[in-house]
Amino acid sequence: MPIIKSKINRNSADFLVNADAMQKQVEDLKSTLNTIHQGGGKKACERHRARGKLLPRERVEALLDAGSPFLEFSALAAYNVYDEAVPAAGIITGIGRVSGQECVIVANDATVKGGSYYPLTVKKHLRAQTVAADNHLPCIYLVDSGGANLPHQDEVFPDREHFGRIFYNQANMSAQNIPQIAAVMGSCTAGGAYVPAMADESIIVKNQGTIFLAGPPLVKAATGEVVTAEELGGADVHCRTSGVADHLANNDHHALELVRNAVARLNRVKPVNGDLNDSIEPVYKSDEIYGIVPSDSRKSYDVREIITRIVDGSDFDEFKALYGTTLVCGFARIFGYPVGIVANNGILFGESAQKGAHFIELCAQRKIPLVFLQNITGFMVGKQYENNGIAKHGAKMVTAVATANVPKFTVLIGGSFGAGNYGMCGRAYDPRFMFMWPNARISVMGGEQAAGVLAQVTRDKYQRDGSDWSEQDESDFKQPIIDSYEHQGHPYYASARLWDDGVIDPADTRMVLGLSISASHNRVIGETKFGVFRM
Amino acid sequence: MFTKILIANRGEIACRIIKTAKKMGIATIAVYSDADRHALHVRLADEAIYIGPSPSAESYLVIDTIIQAAIASGAEAIHPGYGFLSENAEFCRQCQAHKITFIGPPVEAIEAMGSKSAAKNIMGAANVPLVPGYHGEDQNPAVLKQTANQMGYPVLLKAAAGGGGKGMRAVYHAAEFDQALAAAKREAKNSFNDDLMLIEKYLQKPRHVEIQVFCDQHNNAVFLFERDCSVQRRHQKVIEEAPAPGISHELRQRMGAAAIRAATAINYQGAGTVEFLLDSDGDFFFMEMNTRLQVEHPVTEMISGQDLVEWQLRVASGEPLPCSQDQLTINGHAFEARIYAEDPERDFLPATGKIISLQAPAETTHVRIDSGVIEGDEVSVFYDPMLAKLIVWDSDRERALQRLTDALSHYRVGGVITNIAFLYNLASCDAFRRGEVDTGFIEEHEEEIFRRRQEDIDYATPLAAQAIFAARTMRARERAKQSSEPNSPWHLVNHWRASDTQQKPLKITLGKQQIEAVAASAELPADIKVVSDKDGLNLFTPRGVFHCSETPPDLGLDDNHDSTANLTAPMNGTLVTLMVEVGAAVAKGDTLLVMEAMKMEHTIVAPSAGRVSEFFYQAGDLVDGGAELLLFEAAEK
Repeated sequence: MPIIKSKINRNSADFLVNADAMQKQVEDLKSTLNTIHQGGGKKACERHRARGKLLPRERVEALLDAGSPFLEFSALAAYNVYDEAVPAAGIITGIGRVSGQECVIVANDATVKGGSYYPLTVKKHLRAQTVAADNHLPCIYLVDSGGANLPHQDEVFPDREHFGRIFYNQANMSAQNIPQIAAVMGSCTAGGAYVPAMADESIIVKNQGTIFLAGPPLVKAATGEVVTAEELGGADVHCRTSGVADHLANNDHHALELVRNAVARLNRVKPVNGDLNDSIEPVYKSDEIYGIVPSDSRKSYDVREIITRIVDGSDFDEFKALYGTTLVCGFARIFGYPVGIVANNGILFGESAQKGAHFIELCAQRKIPLVFLQNITGFMVGKQYENNGIAKHGAKMVTAVATANVPKFTVLIGGSFGAGNYGMCGRAYDPRFMFMWPNARISVMGGEQAAGVLAQVTRDKYQRDGSDWSEQDESDFKQPIIDSYEHQGHPYYASARLWDDGVIDPADTRMVLGLSISASHNRVIGETKFGVFRM
Repeated sequence: MFTKILIANRGEIACRIIKTAKKMGIATIAVYSDADRHALHVRLADEAIYIGPSPSAESYLVIDTIIQAAIASGAEAIHPGYGFLSENAEFCRQCQAHKITFIGPPVEAIEAMGSKSAAKNIMGAANVPLVPGYHGEDQNPAVLKQTANQMGYPVLLKAAAGGGGKGMRAVYHAAEFDQALAAAKREAKNSFNDDLMLIEKYLQKPRHVEIQVFCDQHNNAVFLFERDCSVQRRHQKVIEEAPAPGISHELRQRMGAAAIRAATAINYQGAGTVEFLLDSDGDFFFMEMNTRLQVEHPVTEMISGQDLVEWQLRVASGEPLPCSQDQLTINGHAFEARIYAEDPERDFLPATGKIISLQAPAETTHVRIDSGVIEGDEVSVFYDPMLAKLIVWDSDRERALQRLTDALSHYRVGGVITNIAFLYNLASCDAFRRGEVDTGFIEEHEEEIFRRRQEDIDYATPLAAQAIFAARTMRARERAKQSSEPNSPWHLVNHWRASDTQQKPLKITLGKQQIEAVAASAELPADIKVVSDKDGLNLFTPRGVFHCSETPPDLGLDDNHDSTANLTAPMNGTLVTLMVEVGAAVAKGDTLLVMEAMKMEHTIVAPSAGRVSEFFYQAGDLVDGGAELLLFEAAEK
């Protein structure tokens, strides 16, 4: 078996410096996430609890099979985006096991601005639905939200990928027999009322859940009718009179039990794709990754040192190992599932791009899911390379990535710059899941390069005008650009805007990929029809 | 000596009698009901005769059928065992009429002791000390209550014809008297078809010490020492021992002499037990005499080296007693623990079900098992839920007690809830070790016996968490193996969360306590044994048995159909009486009907004010556990 032998020395100075740098970034990530997990803060949580309600994270815990994993998405959503803090964008999403089946869970957090929908709340909700649709996972909505956030209504309501899309998705997923189950555990007002109404089965908690298109204040304003929330759209009304809800729950725990029962009745069997093996832990420890990734992102290292710490038994069967060596391709298994791995090991040349396209074709043909480990500053530039057609070789790889109809999983383990992002299955290429390490950076080009380009343009202008531009002036010009690129290229900035599905601890990579790959197997892998490859 | 006897009983005692009969070369005939068709006693006997349907009133209690079985099979004698017809004078008389030897006392002796009030008069005359009490014929409830008031509370109400705790109630205040009297009378009527009640002063902290007596047809009488049966719950014995701890030779002789006076006063023959209450001052009072072999006779056999069933057979066939008093000596110490199908945590509610697995400790010179059940047997609603008796012997009390706890920790019964853990914890209590027993022992030491003290909880909490986590891991592995993708990480149950290595505490019910604890690992220390049952896990530890399970979530009160509520039978049993009329208004908590199961009464009460709109069963009907009993309509709020 081709086991990758690690050449790392755990006691080398480099290793220790790197490990220390990564450790700090991971600790920052954990402490940031920990704050986010507190939701709307102590007071809001106490108020929420005083109503006899479970906190949203407690609801998720109670819903899941005891002790089973939860793969949460985009906990950093809306982080430092709005004037006020909106932890996790006021909505918890992820994949978890319910009654033995992987489901997408969408839970409003009423402790965060009453669970109202900010633009990024909508984006996160829609992203969770996309995950469900792509992977054929049942959707469970734990509804507790006052609806659209009114001050942001122009960014929430009207567009194609705004609030209305939630219900469009529900209808279309239901049409594909991707079950839609809603539990109303608090308010469910206005547009939100359609979540349970559009669900295949809905549950509502008595004396707690309400569903109405317009709440009592709006009704009074519109028609003068004075009515309590309970009379207007309480659980009793909807279970006995209106029929908007199907099951009456005594409390939160009961509602979640009813959801679990509903999932248990779905009559779904997970299709098993391909040849599975037992899962074998890698030979090398996953937290050694900390010491391998250079603290200085400009330094290079062998990506095989990462691969050997992610794949089963550190067993990696490399393809075209001697050709186009800046792209490492090969077959491996993660938790027993076969995968094809495409990993950057330097800048992309024409050869590496062609090799990548070839390998992706192989995996699509064999219906093997693809894992991209992205660490790319871009395609090689310069006269020689342009003349040799690097653009068409890059295009081949981009075509292969875009049209390969197998589940794709992307992890940004370093830089993600320019067209390299496209060739390595960036967000625009619809990977089933995409995660970033805390050391990763993403932007159209590096900050230094961007500042250099802009400085060159400016200097040219000065020269045309015949005036002088001092070194100091140039440096003062470049620094804000570098700073801005650094700020906007940071994983938190990216994750806050849903450019990925979450920032993860590198030591969790194997588990995150394993859960993602397993979840993707809920959908049968189809045939691939590639586009025209420019030869 | 007889050549063939019929055993008019079932369960462990029938098996016990067959064993001795076989040893003596006597052929045995078993009788059985529908429920006992495949029972152990039927398999062990040389012949077996079917005697009717499962309810004992239609089989084991039908005198004619038993007599006919004895005649048809040519049995010369009938051994009645204990319970059933063992103290039934009419049965004894019928045996005589059909020239069949009744292995027990003469009918006059049964009759003399059969009525407790008459018995007390005879005992008083024979100079056997008596507890103050009322044994009168006037059963007017008002008179009875006034008598009780004069005697001073607490008092004990007892069915004159009763035994085994049936038809018996302790009353601590005048206010409870009327209700307790009615219940005791009802139970007495059901069990003995006789509701004559007597009242006694209820001694506090007394010990129950009984003397085994034996008399033959040649005017010989001996006593085979005493047994301490103080440890009781609901007036049923739990652990018995012989000799009684801390009894002086002088007191033993005085009690033995009194017991022999009691037996000779009624011209007794065969095995009998004279029960005394022994107070802390060493005064003892006659309680009753059981004119039969006792359940707990094995402890006497273990310390005396005698086979009491053999003695019974010899005496009944006319032989003299095998030993004289001075030939009898006490050797060592013995305990008996009664293994019941019951749930100690739910007030000893009898349990039913199929015995899926049964592993008793190995029998040695130190350990004896008198069992009436085998793997695959059904513990039914029809008979006493005692499964077996575990008897241990050693040279002294401390060693014998060590044998008892060790044997209990090796006793495994799967499929039905048992009291094994309770017995283990009781036997390993400090006060019990010290022999400080009295009839209130279980109530007094409840916290310790049920291991509910803070020190118990602190000790067991981490173990419970680990055991539950280990069990969960094991279950998940099984499920994974059976799935189409056993390799999936989604099968893991270690609560994985991204960027979060903190273990989530498990919600655990430990005994009756709700706790939260993190499992340190899925490996338990080597000296902890885990035995699972229907409701969770039993942890056998050096510091007692602890029961734990994952706490189920609070699913709230299901009053969503609040206009009507259905009330269900708590267990298999018989409906005794309907207490209200259909349609009559009742208040919350009013008794709607009374069920009897395992000879204990259970009442079904109104969940709120309202009325019963329909009863689905009538008095006398057999009801399955969980069956809807009635339809209840709550009053408008």
